Amino acid sequence: MTHYLRALSAILVREALRFVTQRERFLAALVRPLVWLIVFAAGFRAALGLSITPPYQTYITYEVYIIPGLIAMIQLFNAMQSALSLVYDREMGSMRLLLTAPLPRWWLLMCKLLAGVLVSILQVYAFLLIAYLYGIRLPPMGYLYVLPALVVSGMMLGAVGLFLASTIRQLENFAGVMNFVIFPVFFLSTALYPLWRMAESSTLLRDICAWNPFSHAVELIRFALYLRFNPEAFGMVALTFAVFLALALWGFDPARGIMSRKAS
Amino acid sequence: MTALEVSDLSFRFGTKEALDCVSFRVDQGQFCALLGPNGAGKSTLFALLTRLFVAREGRISVMGRDLHANPRAALAQMGVVFQQPTLDLDLSVARNLAYFGALHGLSRREAALRGAEVLDRLDMAERAHEKTRALNGGHRRRLEIARALMHRPRLLLLDEPTVGLDARARAAITAHVHDLARADGIAVLWATHLVDEVAPADTVLILHRGQMVQSGKAADLAPEGQLGPHFMALTEEAA
Repeated sequence: MTHYLRALSAILVREALRFVTQRERFLAALVRPLVWLIVFAAGFRAALGLSITPPYQTYITYEVYIIPGLIAMIQLFNAMQSALSLVYDREMGSMRLLLTAPLPRWWLLMCKLLAGVLVSILQVYAFLLIAYLYGIRLPPMGYLYVLPALVVSGMMLGAVGLFLASTIRQLENFAGVMNFVIFPVFFLSTALYPLWRMAESSTLLRDICAWNPFSHAVELIRFALYLRFNPEAFGMVALTFAVFLALALWGFDPARGIMSRKAS
Repeated sequence: MTALEVSDLSFRFGTKEALDCVSFRVDQGQFCALLGPNGAGKSTLFALLTRLFVAREGRISVMGRDLHANPRAALAQMGVVFQQPTLDLDLSVARNLAYFGALHGLSRREAALRGAEVLDRLDMAERAHEKTRALNGGHRRRLEIARALMHRPRLLLLDEPTVGLDARARAAITAHVHDLARADGIAVLWATHLVDEVAPADTVLILHRGQMVQSGKAADLAPEGQLGPHFMALTEEAA
């Protein structure tokens, strides 16, 4: 067991150190949600009235509403960037090194996933700090309660990313992932608008948003920020994680997965 | 003792045969050069030996442990230097070694001791705290070799480790690894297409189009200085 934990700790420390030393990556991860918060949300504030819906107990501004969505967006981008770095071989060398360690492959992939989650959590807290300085007030204990929710949602998005990395042979570039994964997943969710708002324009869109696992990740985070547990969202996120993790493990199976297709 | 034994190994990508019934063995203390032109199947063979792919036909055993049946025990005996760089350039030399040590279950203390030991072995002791990005190509490769020795493997696999290096760095690395085999009794499998990296006493395996077309002691296959033309003739003839 010690060997397992040593490997986990080494992989977490490596990712954290890499994150700290790569300042551009850190800044890019922060600028994106801040532009949404400061520019987009400010512009839409007047246009979008929001009624009181759980977990909120009072009227809130649009900036407050989109905070959970932007947190989930940080985690989504982080997961997709990790996936792309694998697809493009930037990280494939170190992945090869990792996979030749004398540990079960499922454990090594879990460590890799957790390391990605750790980095995304560091990004999220940096974002929350700036949002606080900008004037967004959340329940003080919410900053703590949201941590387990971030772990679960980060694991789910990381598993989706690992699955994509293990199965997609080639993607034109990051724009491909933006168009076919990030945009649909983000816009067809409760990140920017509540479900009832979506239903006003189309019930089909509302249904898609309601089923989108990303919506559930957003709601899990939203409820946790207000010290509440959303079992439905948790169940959906956990289920999606299990499915995509199984698919990723299948993809990284040496008998059939990613490596042999990449070499062919 | 046999460190690596490969028997009747075949592998295909779809309909393309990448390796066809390849068999060979490498004993402890033996430097074995795997020669083959580009596309001969060397990298596929390395991917199979390191379990990045699994072959449906054939058997690989490392220090008597079957790679398919007991992958962890077999991998624990193996040090690997991949063709593509696998160092974290933003981390220090010592941190790169510590990371790898932990993947192999070493404690922080053990990893630090072993790290100092392997750096010393590769004449890089003074570079432990340098950032990896500051090292030149030859030293980066040497560091990868040092790292592959951290867990004291009995078998060292190197996939074209001198690619992109200048003549001096190439010669230094080749000499270092020959010395590891001779002095430490490590079995070495060194893939290359450069015949000048092979010493007359080395064992040579010539792979072409997925088949092992010749094997034996370099000095027995061709007179000294003639291994290059021999290799060219053999692979052209087979083509």
